[in-house]
Amino acid sequence: MLPPNPSEAALPFSDRSKFLFPVLFWVCFAAAFVGSWQLAQVQPGLLFEAEGRRNMAKFVTGMFPPELSPDFLRFLVVPLFETIQISVMGTVLAIAIGFPLGLLGTASLAYTGILNDLEIAGSRARRFARTLPYVLARSVLSVFRCIPEFVWAFMFVRAVGLGPFTGVLAIGVSYGGMLGKVYSEILENLETQPSEALQATGASRWKILVYGMLPQALPQLVSYTLYRWECAVRASAILGFIGAGGLGQQIELSMRMFNFHEVVTLVLILFLLVAAVDFLSARARKAVG
Amino acid sequence: MQAQSNPATATIPQPPHSGGRTANLLVPTGIAVLILWSWHGTRFDLVGLLGADGRAQMLAYASKLFPPDLSPDLLAKVVYWSLETFAISFMGTFLSVVVALALVFVSSRNLVFTGVLFEVDEAGRPIRIARVGLYVVSRAVLNLLRTVPHIVWALIFVFAVGLGPFPGVLALGLHTGGVLGKLFAEVVEDIETQPLEALQATGASRLQIFFYGVLPRVLPQFLAYSLYRWEVNIREAIILGYVGAGGLGQQIQIAISLFLESKLLTLILAIYLMVTLVDYLSAYLRRRLL
Repeated sequence: MLPPNPSEAALPFSDRSKFLFPVLFWVCFAAAFVGSWQLAQVQPGLLFEAEGRRNMAKFVTGMFPPELSPDFLRFLVVPLFETIQISVMGTVLAIAIGFPLGLLGTASLAYTGILNDLEIAGSRARRFARTLPYVLARSVLSVFRCIPEFVWAFMFVRAVGLGPFTGVLAIGVSYGGMLGKVYSEILENLETQPSEALQATGASRWKILVYGMLPQALPQLVSYTLYRWECAVRASAILGFIGAGGLGQQIELSMRMFNFHEVVTLVLILFLLVAAVDFLSARARKAVG
Repeated sequence: MQAQSNPATATIPQPPHSGGRTANLLVPTGIAVLILWSWHGTRFDLVGLLGADGRAQMLAYASKLFPPDLSPDLLAKVVYWSLETFAISFMGTFLSVVVALALVFVSSRNLVFTGVLFEVDEAGRPIRIARVGLYVVSRAVLNLLRTVPHIVWALIFVFAVGLGPFPGVLALGLHTGGVLGKLFAEVVEDIETQPLEALQATGASRLQIFFYGVLPRVLPQFLAYSLYRWEVNIREAIILGYVGAGGLGQQIQIAISLFLESKLLTLILAIYLMVTLVDYLSAYLRRRLL
């Protein structure tokens, strides 16, 4: 997922900064550590106090035996389906938001590289006209992405009320921002020869995109989207906590009622669901990649 | 179960040689059915949302957000809450790295019982079984840590140590510790074996091979993953505010429930800045440290 980029690693930093950097880094790290320790009120002792221990013991003994009665399991079918449905529609909406914005936010389509060099050479106005949509799309994506889905969910609760649709919108918007950014990065890092060849034949920008870029990018686009779907399944379970339906809502209810034997079952189901989705998505990724 | 497994299994594309035609039809059909089923189940209603009524409602809500409350009084508090959220994410990530490092070396197959290090293993059967057992147990622990969502961990720890940022730190630390442990173990299991073999050929002991052959290879990757998870954790730390871990998330919840819209926008701006800042910091550190 994160291959260390050799070209980045070899950036020439001056000798002085090479010496200063580790010193500065460790000073900052120590300061952040001490400050965070206090601000986050870290008190490991609390874990071993009598009351904490008693509560943990109550929790652990309360977990067994897990609630596996047929009634309870039947009752969970709807929340389970809801969690899957929210993740699917959330991802679909995220694609619908991320793909067009990602195209607009692709520098090599918008204003750089061989597709644009000739066209905007020497004209500031044309350059500006091409750069503006790019900057706008990138900013929108960044706002969508940097506000966590949970905050979006809170705002959509106000706009459309509680329910699974809220979860879909929250995942759609925040994951749309992430997909859009990654889509544009994928498109920017493609081989340019096919596009050049197409351009030489006089193909329009649209045709270059469809025949020169997308076929090359498709496996990566699909694979990242599937990965995001896996994340969306987890996210849709979490969003249930604030009333978006699904398994999360049940976990929260059981937690609040101190029905820990139900929590165990719910977490187990969530685990199976996530494992199944991971497996499916890995199979699908292998098939496209 | 039936309704769910049908469309889901259909999305697995078949390899081309095994009846490509049917698969070509099955996959799009399966995906379409899955989407329609989800559309229906989530009461997906874009028309209602973007129609005249929905638009008016959203616009009314959005206009209430403006202008953001930028009074110095609130800003000072927002800075404090942001630092609190930062602190939770920082300590949580630190704890998760500790957890992952504690478990990773017994969760990596090639360091525990197979591969080049154990080709000429003279240990007896019981020791070998104990090694495999150690591996299985630590993998199971990592799975457990990862499976329980951080918000559930947070609720458990609120129960154990009371409200405040500390349960948030513990929750992030354990959940992310499971995630990082698995990622770290994959890194260790993927390292090239040639350097290890070369070291072995010089007569290096297992411990020496570990320190000179394994650690230098994996540490940069560990660091990259940890920084990447920190970016995730700053967002999760905000979510944990919901269960009382303090910081920006808790204030967002309060602002929304009390209809303090202009304060809400200030908080959202703070979150945006915070998340962007951590993303940049993490990208910068990855570039400098690797």
